[in-house]
Amino acid sequence: MSKTRQVVVIGGGPAGIAAASAAAESGARVTMIDEGPAPGGQIWRPAVHSHPPLAAQRWIVRLNATQADVLRSTSVVDIERRNDRFVVVAESSGNGREVVADAIVLATGARERFLPFPGWTLPNVVGVGGAQALAKNGVSFRGKRIVIAGSGPLLLPVAAYLARGGAKVLAVAEQAPLANVARFAASLWRRPRTLAQAIGLRSAFARTRFSTGTWVAGARGDSTVKEVTLTDGRSTRTLACDVLCAAFGLVPNTELARLLACDVVGGAVRTDDAQMTTIAAVYCCGEPTGIGGVDLALVEGEIAGFAAAGVGPSEHLAARRAVHRREAASLERAFALRPELLSLAGAETIVCRCEDVRWGAIDQRWSARQAKLYTRLGMGACQGRVCGAALECLLGWPADSVRVPTQPARSRTLIGVSLANHQPNEQGAS
Amino acid sequence: MSDAIEIVVNAKVLRVEPGVTVASALLNNDHHVFRRSTTGEVRAPVCGMGICYECRVTINDVAHQRACMVTVEHGMRVDTGSAA
Ligand SMILES: Cc1cc2nc3c(=O)[nH]c(=O)nc-3n(C[C@H](O)[C@H](O)[C@H](O)COP(=O)(O)OP(=O)(O)OC[C@H]3O[C@@H](n4cnc5c(N)ncnc54)[C@H](O)[C@@H]3O)c2cc1C
Ligand code: FES
Repeated sequence: MSKTRQVVVIGGGPAGIAAASAAAESGARVTMIDEGPAPGGQIWRPAVHSHPPLAAQRWIVRLNATQADVLRSTSVVDIERRNDRFVVVAESSGNGREVVADAIVLATGARERFLPFPGWTLPNVVGVGGAQALAKNGVSFRGKRIVIAGSGPLLLPVAAYLARGGAKVLAVAEQAPLANVARFAASLWRRPRTLAQAIGLRSAFARTRFSTGTWVAGARGDSTVKEVTLTDGRSTRTLACDVLCAAFGLVPNTELARLLACDVVGGAVRTDDAQMTTIAAVYCCGEPTGIGGVDLALVEGEIAGFAAAGVGPSEHLAARRAVHRREAASLERAFALRPELLSLAGAETIVCRCEDVRWGAIDQRWSARQAKLYTRLGMGACQGRVCGAALECLLGWPADSVRVPTQPARSRTLIGVSLANHQPNEQGAS
Repeated sequence: MSDAIEIVVNAKVLRVEPGVTVASALLNNDHHVFRRSTTGEVRAPVCGMGICYECRVTINDVAHQRACMVTVEHGMRVDTGSAA
């Protein structure tokens, strides 16, 4: 009798939803685990008291039509190997649980890249997608004077979103030069729907000043941020504001992949045509394989889900993946970070926010490991998720080894697992 | 906010909108002291999505909870401003 394959999908954004649906439709027993209160990930995060966007609903309906088990508000903090299988350790409001898997699909998405500049630790200095996530989860920015300074295609949609919610968006500053942004905008002509969206957005905040080749030089304030200085390298201007949104593109979340010893090249998880990582039975899709946006996440998710369930590849999906990968590459070139951003921090600027390590305390000749040992850099609660991505840019330090649990967890959760490890064949036979 | 619920922040009762996160409830009430850093700086939410851990507060006596990831519940006790 052949056993049903047990597939655990980690992450419930577009990639995870597509993977879980495809795997479940192919006959696997699927558990999808996501930290959020409802599936959707970053782009499909519904606002409080409203529904996920229309584009999401088709996929959520597809997922709900399967037998896939969905664990919400649950974080995966460890993955262990037990014989030929995996034990996924998760925690939900302080309670631990384990799920056994024959195959794992990593769909952990991306986070924003934050770079240190004077004043970046002040309250009300937030991310760009971060501001949107906060707003969707109930923060009101009505009447607030907001400056957005960063990089990437999120800047304008977030500015429009906040403006529609009643915020006064004073300025949007994109660090990339006009020529790059224009080339990116021109490529939108090939996708009329995207262009229409872009124009629609611009009209939502027509009086906002949008500058390219402009970046944040510093912020000041007391209990919260009060003003921000922007520069184009020749002149500066200072704006009084209540909120500063500053983030510089996205970085793949690769902690769990690195924990499983998957190859990570240039910050992205390496996968083959079937989205399998360099570790057998571990698949990866969406942003962790390289920032590519929602359309690429969906195709990669479907391919990974089918493969994890043991179904062969589809040429049709592979062709779509190739198109979206080309688009992602052109986006990456357009929003490449300018060198000036790497020297914003002064000696007194905090680089590691968890341990308050200042830029001046770091010897640039050190390795990341030495910096950890000597200064506790990256040793705090976020485990280097913020400073690690920054120092990768600033000093070229590659991501360091991963600690278990991959995020702070209560000792109960972990003790439960170590006990279970002493009785290997007991759990999870399906 | 007729259907507001009550949470207790640093021993003071706060009426907040149901369904929002603890981070939203605090920020909407101009409460910006979430935690204090190792050198005593005030810190507040940055990423809004569970990555940065700057929004850590104590919820119902459980320390180090990410305020941006937890939805408010009637009677919830939230303590902020502790060193973490
Ligand atoms: C803050 C933010 C805002 C964004 N806003 C937009 C937008 O408005 N428009 C747009 O086009 N793109 C946006 N993006 C880009 C976005 O990355 C992609 O468009 C798309 O969401 C990628 O899908 P994904 O499934 O790969 O990843 P995500 O959507 O990021 O989904 C990953 C999911 O995995 C979960 N997860 C991660 N680690 C764990 C773990 N250990 N345990 C349990 N669950 C875990 C996360 O909670 C998340 O729900 C945003 C990105 C970020 C970071
Ligand atoms: S705001 Fe970053 S973890 Fe909550």
